[in-house]
Amino acid sequence: MNIQSTVPTSAAGSSHSEPRASAALTGEQLVEVFRRMVRIRAFEDQVYGSLLKGLVLGTTHLCQGQEATCVGSVMALRDDDFLSYTYRGHGVCIARGMSPEAALAELFGRTTGICKGLGGSMHLTDPTIGLMGSFGIVGAGLPFAVGNALAARMDRKGRIAMTFFGDGATNIGAFHESMNLAAVWSLPVIFVCENNLYGEYSRIDRTTPFEDIARRGDAYGIPAAIVDGNDALAVYDAVCEAAARARAGRGPTLVECKTYRQGGHSRTDPAKYRPSEEVEVWMKRDPLILMRDTLKQHTPLTDADADGIEIEIRRDMELIAARAAAAPWPTFDEEALRAATYA
Amino acid sequence: MNSTTMTYREAIIAALRDELRSDPSVLLMGEDIGESGGVFKTTEGLFKEFGPERIRDTPISETGFVGAALGMAVAGYRPVVELMFADFMGVCFDQLVNSIAKHRFVSGGRASAPLVIRTACGGGLGFGSQHSQTAESWLLSVPGIKIAAPATPADAYKMLRAAIRDENPVVVLEHKALLGMKGRVDTEDDFAASLDGPAVVREGVDVTLVASLAMVPRALEAAVALAADGIEAEVVDLRMLRPLNLELIADSVRKTHHLVTIEEQSLIGGWGGEIVAQTVAGAFDYFDGPPLRIAMGDYPLPFSKPLEEAARPSADRIARQVRSLLRAA
Repeated sequence: MNIQSTVPTSAAGSSHSEPRASAALTGEQLVEVFRRMVRIRAFEDQVYGSLLKGLVLGTTHLCQGQEATCVGSVMALRDDDFLSYTYRGHGVCIARGMSPEAALAELFGRTTGICKGLGGSMHLTDPTIGLMGSFGIVGAGLPFAVGNALAARMDRKGRIAMTFFGDGATNIGAFHESMNLAAVWSLPVIFVCENNLYGEYSRIDRTTPFEDIARRGDAYGIPAAIVDGNDALAVYDAVCEAAARARAGRGPTLVECKTYRQGGHSRTDPAKYRPSEEVEVWMKRDPLILMRDTLKQHTPLTDADADGIEIEIRRDMELIAARAAAAPWPTFDEEALRAATYA
Repeated sequence: MNSTTMTYREAIIAALRDELRSDPSVLLMGEDIGESGGVFKTTEGLFKEFGPERIRDTPISETGFVGAALGMAVAGYRPVVELMFADFMGVCFDQLVNSIAKHRFVSGGRASAPLVIRTACGGGLGFGSQHSQTAESWLLSVPGIKIAAPATPADAYKMLRAAIRDENPVVVLEHKALLGMKGRVDTEDDFAASLDGPAVVREGVDVTLVASLAMVPRALEAAVALAADGIEAEVVDLRMLRPLNLELIADSVRKTHHLVTIEEQSLIGGWGGEIVAQTVAGAFDYFDGPPLRIAMGDYPLPFSKPLEEAARPSADRIARQVRSLLRAA
C-alpha cells in the first residue's frame, strides 16, 4: 500500500480549455466558501464534544476533513436542486443552510430538533431547502436520488439532483442499480463519491478491486471525474461541469472526491486501523488550511482575518449548542407518533 | 358514474387509466408494463394513451426503481410501481421497510411519500414457490406502509384508486388467480373513496369466516355447502391488512360466537393470528368455542399440481373443518 499515491497530486478534474467556473467567484464568495467549511468543522467538533458529555446519545458519524467536498459541491448547485446524503451527512446539511441549532437539537433528541427528535443524526431532513433525505443504510440514498432526478426532469424547471455516498457504498447493489438507471434514462443526477479510503473499519484495498472509484463510471457509460476532495474549488469546478451537463439533458456524472475523514467511523472510534503515516499526510492537507491558502492567493484576507472568522463561528456554535442542550425533551405521545408515521 | 361488468384485470386497468387521466402527477413504473402491457396484461392500452414518460418500463432493478419511487414521491409525484411478483418484495425489502416505511417518520412528519406498489401475488397457477406467495403478512410488523388486498373487481378498481390518492405508501396485492374474475364495477368521474376495512360479503349467524384475496370466493363456496347442512356462515372479506380495523369482525363474532380465519399462507406469522388475538381479547365472552385458523403448512408451495391444490385451502377443506368445529362446540 503506497500512502503517497492516495493523495491527489493536482486538481485532476476533466481537461478542458474553458475557464474554470471557480475563476468567476468573487472575493466575497470565496470567503463564504471558507465560512461554510469552518461552520461545518465547528459543528462537527461541537457534536464530538457533546458526545463526550453524554448529550448526543446513540451513535454519530462525523465528517471533519471532508468539508471541501460538502461545500464545493453544494455551492455549485442551485438552491432548488435536490440533495440526498448519508449518515455522515451533517456537512451537506450545514453547507446547504440547515439551522445548526435545529440540527444539534435533533442530535440531542429534543422537540426543537429538525425532525422533532424522531430521526436523529442519520436522518437530518429539511425539504424546504432541498435536503430531501438522509439514509442510515449504505447506498439507500442513490435510488432515492434517481427518483429525485426523474421528478426534476419531468418538472422541466432545469432542476437536478445530487447525492453523496462513500467509497464503501460503491460495492452495494443499490449503487449499481442506480448508476444503471441514471445512465439508461439519461437522468440529471450527480453522484458524488466521498472516497475517504475506508468503508467503516475496512480499507478500500481489502474490499474493492481498485482505488479509483471513478473507473466504475465506465461500466455504466457515465462520465466520471477524479477530484482533489480537499480542494473546495476543484470540487466546485467539477460539480459545476456535471451540473451543466445534467441541465443540458446530457445525463449523469460520477464525481469522485479523494478525501479523508479526520475522525473515526463513528462515535469515539479511534480508527486504530489506519496507519499513522497515512493519517499524518492527510492531516497536513486539512481542507481548511488549503482554503486559507486559496484565500490568501486570491483575496486580501490574511491569516489573522481567517483566525477571526474561525473564532467567531466557533463561539457562535458554543452558544448554539448551549441553546440546543437547554431545549425540552419530547413527551411520549402515541397519537403524535402515529401522526408522524401516517399522513 | 358508469356501472359495468368487467374482470378484475380490466378493473385494474380502468383504475390506473382513470387516475392517470385525472392527475398529471401519477405515473407508472415497472418491468414490461409499457408497450407489452405487463406480464399479466394489467397495464394494457395505457402506454398508447399516456406515452413512455408516464408509463415507464424499467430494467430488472427492484431496489433501484422502488427506491426511485420514494425519491419521486417526495418531489411531488405519485408513482405507481408494479412489482411483477409479490415474491420480489424480497429483492427490494430494504427500500420498503427502511426507506419507504420510515421516511415520513424520521423526517419528523415533514415529508410524505404518496406512492403505490401494486403486485401480483398468490398461488394456484403452478408458478412454483418463488412466484406464488401472497406475501400478505411480510410487511405486517412494519409500521408506515398500508396494505390493501382487493378480492373483487369492484374493489380492484376502488381500492387501487383510493391507494393512489392516499398520502401514504400503499402496497396493493392483486391475486393472480383472480385476474379473470368478473363482477360489477362502478367507475366514477368524481372519485372520492378512501381505503377502508373489512366488509361482510355474506350474512350469517352460525360462524364468522374471515378470508382474504383468493380465499374469499372459496369461503363463499364453503358457505354454500355449509348452508345445505343448515349452517349459515357469515363471510368477511378482510380487504385491508394494514391498518387492521377489526371492530366489524368483533361485531360479527358477537353475533355468531365462532371465528374462523382462512389464509393462503403458512400458519405461523399469518394475519389470522393477529385477528384471533384481537378478537378474543375484544369479544372474549362471546366465544362458544375456540377460534380456528385454516392455513397452509410449514413448507413452501409445491409445484406439482395435485400437491399445490392440496396445499392451498380448498372450499371443501374449509367446509369440513368448519363442520368439525361446530360439531365439537
